[in-house]
Amino acid sequence: MQKSARLGLDIGSVSTKAVVTDEDGAILASSYLWTQGGPVPAVKEALRELREKLPRDVKIVCVGVTGSARRLIGAMLEADAVKNEITAHAAGTLSRYPDTRTILEIGGQDSKIILLDEGIVTDYAMNSLCAAGTGAFLSAQAKRLGMEIEELGAAALRSRRPSKIAARCSVFAESDMIHKAQTGHSREDLVAGLCRAVVLSFLNNVGKGKRIRGPVVFQGGVSKNIGVLSAFRAELAQEIHVDVNSHLMGAVGASILADSGKRRRAEFDFSVADIPFSTQAKECAGCANSCEVVSIHKDGELLDRFGARCGGA
Amino acid sequence: MRPKSVISCPHMGSYHIIFGQLLRRLFPDAQVLMPPPITQKTVDIGGRYSPDFVCAPFKLNLGNYIEALEAGANTLFQSGLGCRYGYYGELQEQILRDLGYDFTFVCLSRQRARPLAVSAILRGAGCPLPAHKIGAAFYLAAKSAKILDEYEYWMRENVGFEAVPGSCAAIHENLLNALSRAFCLRDLRSAQSYAARAISKIKLNRPENPLRVGIVGDLYTLMEPSGNFYLEKQLAREGVAVSRIMGLCFLLTPKNRRRLIGESGGYLMYPVGANGADSVSQSLSYARMGYDGILHIKSFGCIPELNAAPALANLCGDEGIPILELSFDCHTSRAGTETRIEAFADMLRRKRDAKIRTPGA
Repeated sequence: MQKSARLGLDIGSVSTKAVVTDEDGAILASSYLWTQGGPVPAVKEALRELREKLPRDVKIVCVGVTGSARRLIGAMLEADAVKNEITAHAAGTLSRYPDTRTILEIGGQDSKIILLDEGIVTDYAMNSLCAAGTGAFLSAQAKRLGMEIEELGAAALRSRRPSKIAARCSVFAESDMIHKAQTGHSREDLVAGLCRAVVLSFLNNVGKGKRIRGPVVFQGGVSKNIGVLSAFRAELAQEIHVDVNSHLMGAVGASILADSGKRRRAEFDFSVADIPFSTQAKECAGCANSCEVVSIHKDGELLDRFGARCGGA
Repeated sequence: MRPKSVISCPHMGSYHIIFGQLLRRLFPDAQVLMPPPITQKTVDIGGRYSPDFVCAPFKLNLGNYIEALEAGANTLFQSGLGCRYGYYGELQEQILRDLGYDFTFVCLSRQRARPLAVSAILRGAGCPLPAHKIGAAFYLAAKSAKILDEYEYWMRENVGFEAVPGSCAAIHENLLNALSRAFCLRDLRSAQSYAARAISKIKLNRPENPLRVGIVGDLYTLMEPSGNFYLEKQLAREGVAVSRIMGLCFLLTPKNRRRLIGESGGYLMYPVGANGADSVSQSLSYARMGYDGILHIKSFGCIPELNAAPALANLCGDEGIPILELSFDCHTSRAGTETRIEAFADMLRRKRDAKIRTPGA
């Protein structure tokens, strides 16, 4: 007897997450890798990894995608659900913590706060215009200090006197960090200050005016950073849950949303990972809008085309 | 002898039809030439020659002017008044002169747009009409705007439910043509009855209680869909009935400031500039009418709406109605807006399904 399962992908700007969940939402296999500017190869790589990890008797009956490359990958995999990140993250988190009332999410390029009431999203906010206080900024700072991003959190916890770092904007935060480093602050104090700045900037910019009520769940790649987590705990003065799979919640949510009852396929075919896909972005010459129209070809055959404002192209 | 004037003015949603009609009436001897439709090129050239931190409407206006001048216009109109918009004319004229263009710039708001001052300005620009005919031209334009606003209000409410895609837009197109050709009140009456007949015949699959969103914010960004990535269209595709009172007629209606502060339910103590207080009072009435959500739209750096934002946040928190705030500039990505709107509509739908609020209560 074969077990039915659902595939969920969250293709972010920085990392690509893929999970296979069973009917109860438990993760059967997962993959987490860097997108590195190439969502299509990253997804193929993730699928190959899942194919190897997945037990033989599991068959995938539906596919859901989310994240900033959802449109492209949705076309590539002929997904059953192509959903925005807010809905996906909420669905994923609720499958783990049904009582959640606040989700804090910090990813590579964006951050969001989602407020829920009895399992329903009632309000949300996303960062606007700038990527201050997101994973990409933390990575850049770790690199500048000669640290691996994975050690940054632990180093921050060792600090006893976190440096004061401006939280408003990442450009100011960086010049603060350089200045403090040159006046002799230790690296531990600097990164602890940085973690605090990320939290303050999140609460001031994304979470402004929102009432943060427990239970609070923190997720996204940055939730793995223990320094940021403890800064959140200190700032909000309440317990904050971080799931072991906090970095995969968007993908878990996408897999749950895929399962809408209308199953279009008998079984998802992993061989899609071996088919050559090519994408092409072209400026349309139809009018002065010069829309960038992206077309995606599967094995040389046109699969989908999007990006035109006129709906044509 | 002066060369023949070729008159142009900036775009604003579909109101270019009305501006064109008015200008043709006021200047029978001149040619009226509307700028080409706003495209990415308009945004690019407008942005290139504008101060970086000025609000997006300025940049779009400037792009319109440059494209109009390139197409042969030699007389440009600007209205002004309101907020920083009142200074647009001065700065835009200077920027265009620095770019080396030769043109006449007519800014109606100089001397606070007093009727006598306006007619003197129009005379100076070559309007041969006696005062009562100038008045009649403005009256016809205002009436046309009212007919257009009424249809567009209906269309925003219903376009998401049309049985045949494009049928609302087709009526809109016909109405615009009729209004643009209108020369007397009888033409307007026939345009109005055409719209009424067409509306009564259109097939709609409108559920009894659709999701309802009220839109408030800075007027240009609301009215010019290419400045907001056609978000009303996207909401319609999501099956949302969109209410927006703010339009040209609303803009031209004089308002009692003290009453407006009263209508904002204690969330504002003082006027906050331009239509900031309207945003608050309308949001409050949408919330009390049982709407599902509020969209607050503004151009990046719009001070009056920025002032209204904290009041709106408090109001929506107290009333338990979600609000989505979107800021637009020439560079905001379309994908970001689409994600936020999709998530907003999704959230409202799920909320409705869970019957946390009873709409219409």
